[in-house]
Amino acid sequence: MKYIDEFRDGDLARKIAANIRLEADHSRSYHLMEFCGGHTHAISRYGIVDLLPDNIHMIHGPGCPVCVLPIGRVENAIQLAQTPGVILCSYGDMLRIPTANGMSLLKTKAQGADIRMVYSSADTIKIAQNNPQHQVVFLAIGFETTTPPTAVVIKQAQALGLTNFSVFCNHVLTPSAISHILQSPEVRQLGVVPLDGFIGPAHVSTVIGSQPYEYFAEEFQKPVVIAGFEPLDVMQAILMLIRQLNEGRAEVENEFTRAVLPSGNRKAQMLVAEVFELRRSFEWRGLGLVPYSALKIKSNYAEFDAEQRFQIPSISIADNKACECGAILRGVKQPQDCKIFGTVCTPENPIGSCMVSSEGACAAHYSYGRWRETNADRMEN
Amino acid sequence: MTSKGKIKPGYTRSLDFKNGCVEMVHGSGGRAMTQLIDQLFMTAFDNDLLRQMNDQACFQSVAGRMVMSTDSHVITPLFFPGGDIGSLSVHGTINDVVMSGAKPTYLAAGFILEEGFPLSDLKRIVESMAKAAQEAQVPIVTGDTKVVEKGSGDGVFITTTGVGIVPDGINISSNKAQPGDKILVSGTLGDHGIAIMLLRENLSFHCALESDSASLHDLVAKMVATTPNLHVLRDPTRGGVATALNEIARQSDVGMMLYEDKLPILEPVNAACEFLGLDPLYVANEGKLIAICKPEDADQLLATMHTHPLAKNAAIIGEVIEDHHCFVQMETRFGGKRVVDWLSGEQLPRIC
Repeated sequence: MKYIDEFRDGDLARKIAANIRLEADHSRSYHLMEFCGGHTHAISRYGIVDLLPDNIHMIHGPGCPVCVLPIGRVENAIQLAQTPGVILCSYGDMLRIPTANGMSLLKTKAQGADIRMVYSSADTIKIAQNNPQHQVVFLAIGFETTTPPTAVVIKQAQALGLTNFSVFCNHVLTPSAISHILQSPEVRQLGVVPLDGFIGPAHVSTVIGSQPYEYFAEEFQKPVVIAGFEPLDVMQAILMLIRQLNEGRAEVENEFTRAVLPSGNRKAQMLVAEVFELRRSFEWRGLGLVPYSALKIKSNYAEFDAEQRFQIPSISIADNKACECGAILRGVKQPQDCKIFGTVCTPENPIGSCMVSSEGACAAHYSYGRWRETNADRMEN
Repeated sequence: MTSKGKIKPGYTRSLDFKNGCVEMVHGSGGRAMTQLIDQLFMTAFDNDLLRQMNDQACFQSVAGRMVMSTDSHVITPLFFPGGDIGSLSVHGTINDVVMSGAKPTYLAAGFILEEGFPLSDLKRIVESMAKAAQEAQVPIVTGDTKVVEKGSGDGVFITTTGVGIVPDGINISSNKAQPGDKILVSGTLGDHGIAIMLLRENLSFHCALESDSASLHDLVAKMVATTPNLHVLRDPTRGGVATALNEIARQSDVGMMLYEDKLPILEPVNAACEFLGLDPLYVANEGKLIAICKPEDADQLLATMHTHPLAKNAAIIGEVIEDHHCFVQMETRFGGKRVVDWLSGEQLPRIC
C-alpha cells in the first residue's frame, strides 16, 4: 500500500534501531512517554520494544480517549440510552467500557436500548433525519482530532433546523493532560516517575500544530518529538529524542512533517472555537480533576447540548480498588504491575478502562506483549 | 415435484415470484406450504431422494467412517458481491465436512423465513443454493421450512447439515498439530469479511472486492491424495485465521509462529482494514483453508495446491512450535514479535 508500506519497512527499521543502539548512552537510561494510544498500539503491534536496547523504557501515556473517560460519564451515557425514545450513537470502542456494576453500552443495547455504532459523526445527522420521532444523541469523545467533526455536525444540525439532535460532549484537551502529568508530584518532586521526554501526538497535532508543545519543552525542560502513528515514525522519534537528550536540548521537533504544520489546521481550530468553550475542570480517569482540560458546547448552541436538554447529572464513581489504571495512565506503573492484570481483568472482562480499547496500555500489552513475561518466567524457572 | 401426475394440484394460481411475498400460511403445513415446496424447493433442488417427499431422506449406509456437520447462516446483507446466503449456506457446510478430509455426500437444509420476505429474493437464494449444490455434486436431500412473523427474523435464516465419508487411512484432526509442522493457507485472507463489511457499514468505498465463498471439496480431495498424512485442516471463517490458529494451538497443546511477510493479503483488503482500524488476520473467509502438515510434506502439498484454481495464492505462513501456553505469535515485517491473540468480543474500529 502506497504511503503505508514505506513507513513499515523492516530493513529501514533495523537501520534506525542500529543507530539508536549506537547513539544511546550506555551509562544512563531513557524514559520516554508516548502520549497517544495510537503510538502505544503501534509499539505493541509491531514489536518495537524488541528492537530497542534495554536502557530505553517506553511509558504509555494517557492519550487513549476511551481510557480517560471517567465511569460517571459512561454511567450518564447508559442512563441516556435507557431513556425512552432516545437513540444513542457513538464510536465503536466506547460501547465496551464497563461501569462499576458491570454494565456497558453493549449490554445496555442487548437489553433493548437503541445504541448505534458510527464510523463518522456525520452518520449521526443522517440517523436524526431518518428518525424524526426519536431524540438522537451523539456521545462525542476524544481529543482534538475528533473535536472538529463534532463541531461540524452541531453546525449542520443548526443549519438543518434539527430539533431531535444533540451532543453529549466529552471532548478533552491534550496539552492540559501533558502539563498535569508534568506537574504531578510523582514527576516533579519525588522523581518516582523518571520522565525524560515525550513522543508527541500524531493526529492531534495535525489539528493543533506543534506550537502548543513549546511551553512544555521550555518550562519543564523536556524534549518533545511529534511523530506519526506508523512504526517507523515511532522509531525515528525515539532516535530524535535520544539525540536531544544526549545533547542536553529540550526542544519541540516534528518528525511528522508530512501532516503537521507548526500552526496546525486553522480552519478546524476556528470551527472548534466557534462551537466549544473551556470547562473549568473535568474529571479524567486516572488523573482526577484536571483544570481547563475539556470542552463544553457554547450557549449559542445550547439547544444541541445533551447535558442541558436531558439535565444530565454529574456523577463521580471511583475506580475498582484493585485497578491500577490511574497509576498506569500517569506512567507510575506498568500493566504487569497490576495485581488483577491478566487474571481478573482481561479483554473479555475488563475491570479498568486501559483493558477496554486496543489502544489502552493494558489491552495492548495483554494482546500483543504478554508472552514476554511468560517466556521470562520460564527462563527463570 | 412438478405436477406430471394424475392428481390435479389443489391450487390454481401459480406462486407470484415477481411481486409476491412470504406469508404465514407458507409455514403452516397446508396447501400454501405444499405449493411453496413444490414450485420452489422441489423444482430447484430436484433429486431422487427429495422426490420421495418423505420427512426424511433414506439412503444406503457405507462401511467406514462418516462425518456430519451443521451450520446456521444469518448474514446481512443477504446478497453480496461473490455470492449470497444461499450459496454461502451450501459452501459453508460442505467446507466444514471436508475439513476432515471427507468426500461430502448429502446436505439437508432448514429455512426460517420472515413474513413479508419477497418471493423473488427467496427464489434467487434457493436457485443459488441449488447451483452451488450441483456444482459440488452434493444433493440437498431433505429440508424444512418455517415462517416467523414480520419483525421476528431478518429475511431468511438458513441452516444446512452435511454428511460425508472419510477415505480409509485419512485421519485429520485439529489436535494433531506437532512442533515443527508447517502452516499453509490456500489463498488471500479476509476477502469475504471485508466485502461484506464494506456493504454493511454503508461505507462508500468503491472497490472490486468479492467474497471468496466457494466449496473446497475438490481442493481437499487433491490435497489428501498428495498428502494422506495431513495433520490438520480448518476453514478460517468467523474470527479469521487468527481465531482458527488459536483454536488449533489449544486443541493440539502447541504454539505457533507466523511470518507477517508471508501472509497473502489483497491490497484492497489491507487498505480497507487500515482505514477501518481492523486486522485482516481476524476477518472472515468463506473459501479458504488452513492446512498443517509435516515439514517434509509442505513443499509438495503447496505445489499441489498451486495447481488448483481455488488455491493459486496458497502460501506457507508459519510453523508449529513447542509452547504449553499455546500462544500464536507472529514475527512482524518490522522484525519484532507479537502475540496474535484470541479475539476479544467483536472486532471494533479504533477511534484515533
